[in-house]
Amino acid sequence: MKLLGLFNYWVFAVLLMIGLAALISRQNLVKKIMALAIFQSAVFLFFITMSKIENGTAPIIQAGVDNQVFSNPLPQVLILTAIVVGISTTALGLAIAVRLYEEYGTIEDNEILAMDRKP
Amino acid sequence: MTTLLIGIFLLSLLVITAIAIVRATDLFSAVMLSGIFSLLMALNFFLLDAADVALTEAAVGAGVATVLLLAGLRLTPSTEAKGRSLRALSIGIIAAVALLMIYASFGQPSLGDPLAPAQQHVAPWYIEKTPELVDIPNIVTAVLASFRGYDTLGEVFVVLTAGIGVMFLLGGGRGKPFSRLDSKVEEGLSRHLIPKVMARLLVPFILLFALFVQFHGEYSPGGGFQAGAIFVAGIILFSLVRGERLTLAVIPPRVLLWMSAGGALLYGSVGLAGIAMGGNFLEYSVLADDPVLGQHIGIIVIELGVGLTVTGVLLSIFHAFAARD
Repeated sequence: MKLLGLFNYWVFAVLLMIGLAALISRQNLVKKIMALAIFQSAVFLFFITMSKIENGTAPIIQAGVDNQVFSNPLPQVLILTAIVVGISTTALGLAIAVRLYEEYGTIEDNEILAMDRKP
Repeated sequence: MTTLLIGIFLLSLLVITAIAIVRATDLFSAVMLSGIFSLLMALNFFLLDAADVALTEAAVGAGVATVLLLAGLRLTPSTEAKGRSLRALSIGIIAAVALLMIYASFGQPSLGDPLAPAQQHVAPWYIEKTPELVDIPNIVTAVLASFRGYDTLGEVFVVLTAGIGVMFLLGGGRGKPFSRLDSKVEEGLSRHLIPKVMARLLVPFILLFALFVQFHGEYSPGGGFQAGAIFVAGIILFSLVRGERLTLAVIPPRVLLWMSAGGALLYGSVGLAGIAMGGNFLEYSVLADDPVLGQHIGIIVIELGVGLTVTGVLLSIFHAFAARD
């Protein structure tokens, strides 16, 4: 039971490393952006896992209900805003990839580097 | 116990989807898989009692992000070149770090432990003081808009900056500024019966729901960030079916620019109004005679600012990608 309660952290570790591995090994820039999104989602999962409390409920006070246990609202606030910032930065990365494709005709980073090295 | 098992099932699916995203060489399937990934993530957030976060992830991750990635793929090749495979050394290092983190997790408090340090620090104070100081039911909104209003102001400006970056990079098509963006797409999917009927039925309700989430965000899960994302999802659906030209006639690029900048300005000016009325920056209590009423006014206005900026920026980004050829 105690071990199953740690499952979220294991998934966090695995997702983080899947994202990092793909970020390093994939050469396609769009794929790199997606890998970064997986990496980011892993961190979101870690924060929200910390906010959960046993027998708790979403932190919204209901009138007339006493002795409610609320999950921690603070990590939720941080992650809520981080998700919207995440999509904006993803879009920025994608825009850079589009411009690179227009200039170089490819979005594979090794081919772009090879073109840059040629005099 | 059941919740825990459902959570474990969903998290396993999440890992499988992540591996499938990384392995797919067809980027279109990778984008669709990442939509599924976000939806699974939203379900997980919901199970972990984070209703506001789940709403945001479902609208942003599964909705808007998928469309933006598809719009980006339209302009770039959609298959991935056969890349180098991971070397044994890097696999070793990554596996070692993963195992190290899993080993470290045995020192973490178990899921939902009420004695965990994260539950002991400021959270009880926020939960205890919100009814007294801010008096709105949704504690997440109270923390986001009032207690940690500085953070949120910063986030809004980050979103605005990213939007400005995309507008500079892509503009309104080749050699045109964003404000003169135009589209030749007249009809979108309107010749296809099923998307047309579905969009006609769904779009008004999506927009109405976005307004509900915006203005009811103090009482139920919601707020400016979620409302903005849902509103944009509705407009994008309209645009896909009825063509971008009509969408741009409804909300021209110039209006989008005003919305993006105006929302952030509105937020900042609430802060300045606090100073002018004798308080600190972003102190809402001085905005009215009754401090709690002042908090309500401040929160409603800054949430409106957040909603405007998020709507303006995300919709501008969509149009910038869609108008490029």
